[in-house]
Amino acid sequence: MKELVVLSGKGGTGKTTMVGSFAALAKNKVLTDCDVDAADLHLLLQPKAVSTNEFWGGKTAVIDTKRCTECGLCIDICRYGAISDEYDIDPISCEGCGFCYNICPVDAIEMRENMAGRWFVSDTKYGPLVHAKLGIAQENSGKLVATVRQNARSLAKEKNIDLIISDGPPGIGCPVISSLSGSNLALLVTEPTLSGIHDLERVIGTCQHFGVPAVVCINKYDINEENSCAIDDNCKRMHAEVISKIPFDNVVTEALVHGVPVVEYSDDKVSKEIAKLWTLAEKML
Amino acid sequence: MIISIASGKGGTGKTLIATSLAISLGKDVQLLDCDVEEPNAHIFLKPEIKRSEAASIPVPQVNKSKCTYCRKCVEVCAFHAIAVLAEHVLVFPELCHGCGACSYLCPENAISEVDRQIGVVECGKAGDIDFVHGKLNIGEAMAPPLIRAVKKKIARSKTVIIDVPPGTSCPVVKSIEGSDYCVLVTEPTPFGLNDLVLAVEVVRKLGISFGIIINRDGFGDNKTEEYCKTNRIPILMRIPLDTEIARKYSRGIPLVQGMPEWRPKFQQLYDDIVNRTRIKT
Repeated sequence: MKELVVLSGKGGTGKTTMVGSFAALAKNKVLTDCDVDAADLHLLLQPKAVSTNEFWGGKTAVIDTKRCTECGLCIDICRYGAISDEYDIDPISCEGCGFCYNICPVDAIEMRENMAGRWFVSDTKYGPLVHAKLGIAQENSGKLVATVRQNARSLAKEKNIDLIISDGPPGIGCPVISSLSGSNLALLVTEPTLSGIHDLERVIGTCQHFGVPAVVCINKYDINEENSCAIDDNCKRMHAEVISKIPFDNVVTEALVHGVPVVEYSDDKVSKEIAKLWTLAEKML
Repeated sequence: MIISIASGKGGTGKTLIATSLAISLGKDVQLLDCDVEEPNAHIFLKPEIKRSEAASIPVPQVNKSKCTYCRKCVEVCAFHAIAVLAEHVLVFPELCHGCGACSYLCPENAISEVDRQIGVVECGKAGDIDFVHGKLNIGEAMAPPLIRAVKKKIARSKTVIIDVPPGTSCPVVKSIEGSDYCVLVTEPTPFGLNDLVLAVEVVRKLGISFGIIINRDGFGDNKTEEYCKTNRIPILMRIPLDTEIARKYSRGIPLVQGMPEWRPKFQQLYDDIVNRTRIKT
């Protein structure tokens, strides 16, 4: 089984645009959206949910005020400042560590499991999609990403499919690391802005840290060709090959507004370049 | 007053707004970049960094001569960061949330805590702007403890502007928490709107007043506008889709410096926010 993950470091560089198009171009594959707290891929693939599943992740402490003797021990030991002087627990600050639960001398604290989101297996005209929705302001996005990927793998095995394409989250932290683990190749989509350059370096570093080969696509390369050259140089230095340069074109947004992958919306240069990129990425897997 | 600049979707212009707002205020302003995974505000403000402090979380260290392998620590750790295999204790520091339960509850007093660095907090000056950002170490999963460390630097006497990471999960909540007002920056596309709706749910859950800035106005569709109208969400500012703005941004030039005509608009944005928080309180 081969797994490609599309990452970027900086948000809004075009990850989902690429994955949406790969969905239309690649033949036999399972798709996943690993950007579980701001998922957008469904807007291009128009999925129909086959199954909806609850995601239980993490716990939150709850105080039984009848039992509580207000001794103050829990307030003292909580390092997240989650317990107020009135013995109210702020579920958003509570990390779910259970320290208070373990030390409460009168067993007044209970740890309750959180329904932290949902994950779905859906059908799209391009093949099966495994995606998710993290509950608002929930933790454990990394765990939900792992759940999505595990289920994508089982589904692929079941259907005898040997390719998984994942739309990744921005950043370099927990959900990104979870998206990288077990991937054969990371495609990093960047843009020729100073922010894009800076963030790309950090995401290349992250791929190398976890031993996943990374290749780079410069999206909208022509909005600042000088910066695109700087990206070329940086990538050479960091041994991550730039395999694609895609021009800026409003047609990408037009396709998005119509809810279809750009390669299905237009035959323009952008679409040709994305098709070339897919051929290359497929060979590298 | 603390104003956080968030978005849901990445790349909509949070940093552009945060930096231009800070520059327009000029004095008595502090900018905190809480996007510790990919901090970018320094690219635009070019601060002179004066102090750099390690940000760490306390992780357990087991004294083998005292340990009786009773497994109490394993039992109390909610994050599976500690394991006992026969007569070996294994600590997985990257899973540890630093809650301190294991060391406190070890009946043999065999566990002490040592700091594990996860990133740095850097403080400096960009003109009259007090600048603080966090940089998460490469390969490090947990942003929230570093965000907490950045927010410890908040100077309440100043106008504090927080550049928030994208998304809607814990790093976003930790960054926005405690703000007096939240600006949500979006773009008028289906992706922008989808993620804006999620971000609105977050700020509503946190009970923080908020308004919206539409960036790259004039392309995409009208659905964002309609959404704001239906939900009675104020649109604070519109920044048009303009190649000149994009070009300046790509070179790390703050909007209000590259195009000074924007400066009064940001000053007005600030006044508008001050008025809106006054009405609420």
